Amino acid sequence: MVRSIPIWILSLLLCLNAGRLAAEDFDAVVETHPVYELLLQLPKASFKTKNQVLKGLQKLSGNDAVPIMEMWLASELYYDKASRQQIYRVSKNAEGKFDIARLLRADISLVPTQSIDKKLLKKVRTNNKLRKALREAIARTTLVNGSESERLQAVNAMLATINSDSAQLIEAALENEKSGEVRELMQVALALHLLIDGTPEQQLSALPQLQERLEPAVRSALNNALESAEADSRLSLALSNTLRKIEDRIEFYGLVEKLFFGLSLGSVFLLAAIGLAITFGVMGVINMAHGEMIMLGAYTTYVVQLLMPNHLEYSILVAIPAAFVVSGLVGVAIEQGVIRFLHGRPLETLLATFGISLILQQLVRTIFTPLNRQVASPEWMSGALELNPVLSLTYNRLYILAFSLLVFGILMYIFKKTNLGLNVRAVSQNRAMAKAMGVKTQWVDAMTFGLGSGVAGVAGVALSQLTNVGPNLGQSYIIDSFMVVVFGGVGNLLGTLVGAFSLGVTNKFLEPVTGAVLANILVLVFIILFIQKRPKGLFPQKGRAAE
Amino acid sequence: MSFLQRALNAGRFGRQSTTWVVGLLFAVTLYASVCNLLLPPESMFYVSTYTITLLGKYLCFALLALSVDVVWGYCGVLSLGHGAFFALGGYGMGMYLMRQIGDRGVYGNPELPDFMVFLNWDTLPWYWYGMDQFWFAMLMAVAVPGLLAFVFGWLAFRSRVTGVYLSIMTQALTYALMLAFFRNEMGFGGNNGLTDFKELLGFDLQADTTRVALFAVTAMLLALAFLASRFIMDSRFGRVIVAIRDAEPRTRFVGYRTDHYKVWLFVYSAALAAIAGALYVPQVGIINPGEFSPINSIEVVVWVAVGGRGTLYGAIAGALLVNYAKTRFTAIMPDGWLFALGALFVWVTLFLPQGLAGFVEKQLARFKSSSKTGSSASDLVEEASS
Repeated sequence: MVRSIPIWILSLLLCLNAGRLAAEDFDAVVETHPVYELLLQLPKASFKTKNQVLKGLQKLSGNDAVPIMEMWLASELYYDKASRQQIYRVSKNAEGKFDIARLLRADISLVPTQSIDKKLLKKVRTNNKLRKALREAIARTTLVNGSESERLQAVNAMLATINSDSAQLIEAALENEKSGEVRELMQVALALHLLIDGTPEQQLSALPQLQERLEPAVRSALNNALESAEADSRLSLALSNTLRKIEDRIEFYGLVEKLFFGLSLGSVFLLAAIGLAITFGVMGVINMAHGEMIMLGAYTTYVVQLLMPNHLEYSILVAIPAAFVVSGLVGVAIEQGVIRFLHGRPLETLLATFGISLILQQLVRTIFTPLNRQVASPEWMSGALELNPVLSLTYNRLYILAFSLLVFGILMYIFKKTNLGLNVRAVSQNRAMAKAMGVKTQWVDAMTFGLGSGVAGVAGVALSQLTNVGPNLGQSYIIDSFMVVVFGGVGNLLGTLVGAFSLGVTNKFLEPVTGAVLANILVLVFIILFIQKRPKGLFPQKGRAAE
Repeated sequence: MSFLQRALNAGRFGRQSTTWVVGLLFAVTLYASVCNLLLPPESMFYVSTYTITLLGKYLCFALLALSVDVVWGYCGVLSLGHGAFFALGGYGMGMYLMRQIGDRGVYGNPELPDFMVFLNWDTLPWYWYGMDQFWFAMLMAVAVPGLLAFVFGWLAFRSRVTGVYLSIMTQALTYALMLAFFRNEMGFGGNNGLTDFKELLGFDLQADTTRVALFAVTAMLLALAFLASRFIMDSRFGRVIVAIRDAEPRTRFVGYRTDHYKVWLFVYSAALAAIAGALYVPQVGIINPGEFSPINSIEVVVWVAVGGRGTLYGAIAGALLVNYAKTRFTAIMPDGWLFALGALFVWVTLFLPQGLAGFVEKQLARFKSSSKTGSSASDLVEEASS
């Protein structure tokens, strides 16, 4: 009972609040916003009057009306059947339920409401003609009043359906336009209009403006013009020239995109393999449980996200050190508990760590169930960087690419500049001598293994952004990781970098020719053959220590 | 007969274990077959057909373990890809059984297996030709894995890829094959593999007699493979192989072409694995790309490690024991098996580096030395651990 008292008070307050809002709205003293006045015509309007309302809306306001028009376009604008004096917005939320919000009379802002049922509301109906008009109206309004990116978007939206009306509009807007980028696009739009509707001379004059444009509208207009310009050989030659230039550019950007995908895959390889490059390459320990370290990192990301559901944006930033610590500690435990006793027996180490990987997998399966878990991407990592109409790079891949290089840089620094790195290199080159010089080899081993495992955990955080998190996540990367390390040359971090990126790029360039699976197989076969030729990898360690 | 005699007469301990293994195999096979075929199901000594099939499966695994032991235990080549040879042998047998179905498939096509009809293929791929002949199919089932082992081994051993690198490459090999066989375009049934077999050489695969016969044949071939391996290991060839394991550069400097020895041993081992696969498929009734998965190959290594590598009987015992444990374990608590298997890996490598065989022999030697205090005991241990 005691616990329910605050709830009581809260609900009472809520009731009061709702009452206040309702009172305000029905108060006739409040001045009605002109847009609202116009909207009130809608319930009784025919499509013709609706068109007039739309024109009125455009005239009346700058940006204020744009959200309303957008609602209208999306068929989210409703009015109540009874009084026809209230305008509502009904939208579907992510769970597929309807959210109802009321438009305030005074400043046409939206207030969520639960007090009215959707059955009592009626939709403001639209038809195709009206929708087209709405789209144009939105474009027009933003063309004049919008911010720079909104104006760009508006011109872009007009490109596909350019006609003399919109061309006039753009021409008018061009005079007052300050931004060079928007001006350029506007000029393209005008040139496009000439290409579609103009005389052959005008078409010819329009071409230079269109030469470097990658917008699909330009391409299709050029194609159309080429088809109808059969008779005019000069024009058709110029048209096909322009078209070829555009297609060359598209092909070029296609290559760039493939390269990006290859680098992105390479960054995943790099992240997955770099920890292995430390444990296997530098320490000479075969850690078959390396993949499971990655998996643990990914699950840590998942758990961190569960722990801070209100701060999804930053959970991944917390997850990176958390994953490093979790995987690193597990790594140290494995080193101290098992690997230490198997020193100098690589094949036994391989078997024992494989056993550990089975145990870890099953452990995760028991705790989290064998089902895949989804880790949500933060807002700032979703979306894509649109460089031009045919090339856009997704942010998560870009971030992971940058992140992998950052991790690589930090590791390089640790190995080249810190005491730990010096010790690790000393132990890996000549254990007995290092011991004789006073290096605590056991401590160095544990730290190195912890570092390698921790980095694997960090890789898991990155991978959780690209794929689903499941118990087999690590297993699918372990063979690739070994291939990368062996290919790059054992004991050489730089080799791992080169190996990872070259394998990633090769894979992505083979893929369109052979299909994904066959590309994978071909790369494996290539590495198997490569190892025959150069058993020590791309960059073999020099000196006697390598034997 | 001289082959058998020589195999049986080889080494003191070798002779003992050989007699034991062959004798036990013979006795169990005879007992199980008789009890299955002649006794009524009510009898308390009756052995069910399920058990016969299970035993047959274990024996196939034992043969596979033997093949891994031959290269790992005696030559130090840890192959994590023997599952590939096993599965290829299985696919050879599977293709023959597939062709034997004839027009009794779901689509009733006399020429094409069901999955090809399903994929709208109208002719048999060239590599399926001749697979309806048993002798040819069996030849291919052994020859193709053998050839693969030859090419792989020739490339790897000639460029002196050893140790962990070789292990990882064998793993990559079986992984690549798994990816390839998952593709429908390969013409091996893709994801589903080959299944729905009806008969082998005209005998119904579901019949008790066929099952018992398959079991008996498996036991016989296992015994033969055991004797052959014993013979090889006791021959001059085998001595060189052991020398390569213990000190490859030294053996090379003495004047042996170590790569040749290793390649031929690898091919022999692959052929054994392929035979095991070919025997396995008619008994379990299916072969699919899952058999290529790297974890299967690694499991085989564990059987050998548990049993004791470098002793032929150890590999067989390990395979039988671990698989029996697996059958029991997965029935009682399915989730626990991977825990148990993982723990087994760690435990064996940490505490039983010579496996059960090494453990038993050490105990035997201690027992004998305490009773006789003779010098033969240390001898014995040396022989066993070699």
